[in-house]
Amino acid sequence: MAWTRDQMAERAAKELQDGFYVNLGIGIPTLVSNYIPDGMTVQLQSENGMLGMGPFPYEGEEDPDLINAGKQTITALPTTSYFSSSDSFGMIRGGHINLSILGAMQVAQNGDLANWMIPGKMVKGMGGAMDLVAGVKKVVVVMEHVAKNKDGSESAKLLKSCDLPLTGTQVVDMVITDLGVFTIDKHGEGGMTLVELADGVTEGEIKAKTEGAFAVALR
Amino acid sequence: MKKVHPDPKAALDGLLHDGMTIMAGGFGLCGIPDELIAAIQASGVKDLTVISNNAGVDGVGLGKLLETRQIRKMISSYVGENKEFARQYLGGELEIEFNPQGTLAERIRAGGAGIPAFYTKTGYGTQVAEGKETKEFDGHHYVMERGLFADLAIVHAYQGDTEGNLIYRKTARNFNPMMATAAKVTVAQVEHLVQPGELDADFIHTPGIFIKRIIHVPVREKQIEQRTTRKRKDAAPAAAGGGAV
Repeated sequence: MAWTRDQMAERAAKELQDGFYVNLGIGIPTLVSNYIPDGMTVQLQSENGMLGMGPFPYEGEEDPDLINAGKQTITALPTTSYFSSSDSFGMIRGGHINLSILGAMQVAQNGDLANWMIPGKMVKGMGGAMDLVAGVKKVVVVMEHVAKNKDGSESAKLLKSCDLPLTGTQVVDMVITDLGVFTIDKHGEGGMTLVELADGVTEGEIKAKTEGAFAVALR
Repeated sequence: MKKVHPDPKAALDGLLHDGMTIMAGGFGLCGIPDELIAAIQASGVKDLTVISNNAGVDGVGLGKLLETRQIRKMISSYVGENKEFARQYLGGELEIEFNPQGTLAERIRAGGAGIPAFYTKTGYGTQVAEGKETKEFDGHHYVMERGLFADLAIVHAYQGDTEGNLIYRKTARNFNPMMATAAKVTVAQVEHLVQPGELDADFIHTPGIFIKRIIHVPVREKQIEQRTTRKRKDAAPAAAGGGAV
């Protein structure tokens, strides 16, 4: 049994530590906020200019001046601070954010990441993704292990090298998929290592669905 | 010198010309200078280069200027929510220069602070770095990015005084403070216009030196792009994550 989206988010939440400042991307990464362990203090950063992001507002209490980077209405917390976009990316680029969890289209075995454009399709832009992966201390990707194509076939997303335009080079530290967890030695020669299997998933299944080279060191 | 003008049209009088570069504050529809955008639309000025993080949505914010084809080029980080934008872009009628959001913010900050260029790690080894100078510092690779300076900046603030001192509200601050510093002329629209001394000088975000003209815009219903809520009976907090975009 492969992991569900929520199980992937729950696994990603294990990378949180008390006192961390964290930026969560759209999609599965957003779900990670549901799995912050009791008693642990984690401040969520929203790159449009806020630290200490609270939950969605109650109906009728939406404030148009209070949104997250996905343009969704949110709420503040007692710890909240607001700041400009340049201050926000100053804390991102300056390495002050501990952890960034985001989605991906492709990840290469050396930590290269592609998640912002598909040539020939309407390009929406990279938003803050390039800044986040270049500046945040630890970058965790959460994604489906393979891409499902329109004709029903599957394409590998963990590759030797990305063929889509890159978001960053040698930036990814960890990849959590529905099948397992990989670490990447992005600055060294260590390459990619499979460290955990999802419940009921075999090494063989992962091997068959992964194009990039990886070592196995299950823990 | 009087900075206060009676309405958006008067505040933009003599400032607009075809082919000019305009910075517009806001993130999505949050903190956008919508009244000033409407006045720019009404003026009919065209061939504009507009620097703004997003391009509004259809018919709202900068979406207004797209509908009337007054924009020739956008410099933005994300333009996902605008069908008219996509149509003009794919049809070759509109040029777009994508900047990483933090690089865009810093280019504007640098432009306003008299810094012609700076180095950043962001985008090294990607399309964004193509044709740009790169340099190694302390074993890390950086891309050189240029400062941005516009003919006109339009910003939205919550409070302002007649001297042009501004205070923004919550996440409606976003790109407004940097843009206020990075143009030959900056025009601010404020929800509450007060007399000097009524704002706490310790809490002013944009000092009046950056604001040449200011208008009071009546408080009205602000637009929400993604209305997300939780039910009152919910005991557990709903997810409210940020976004990579």
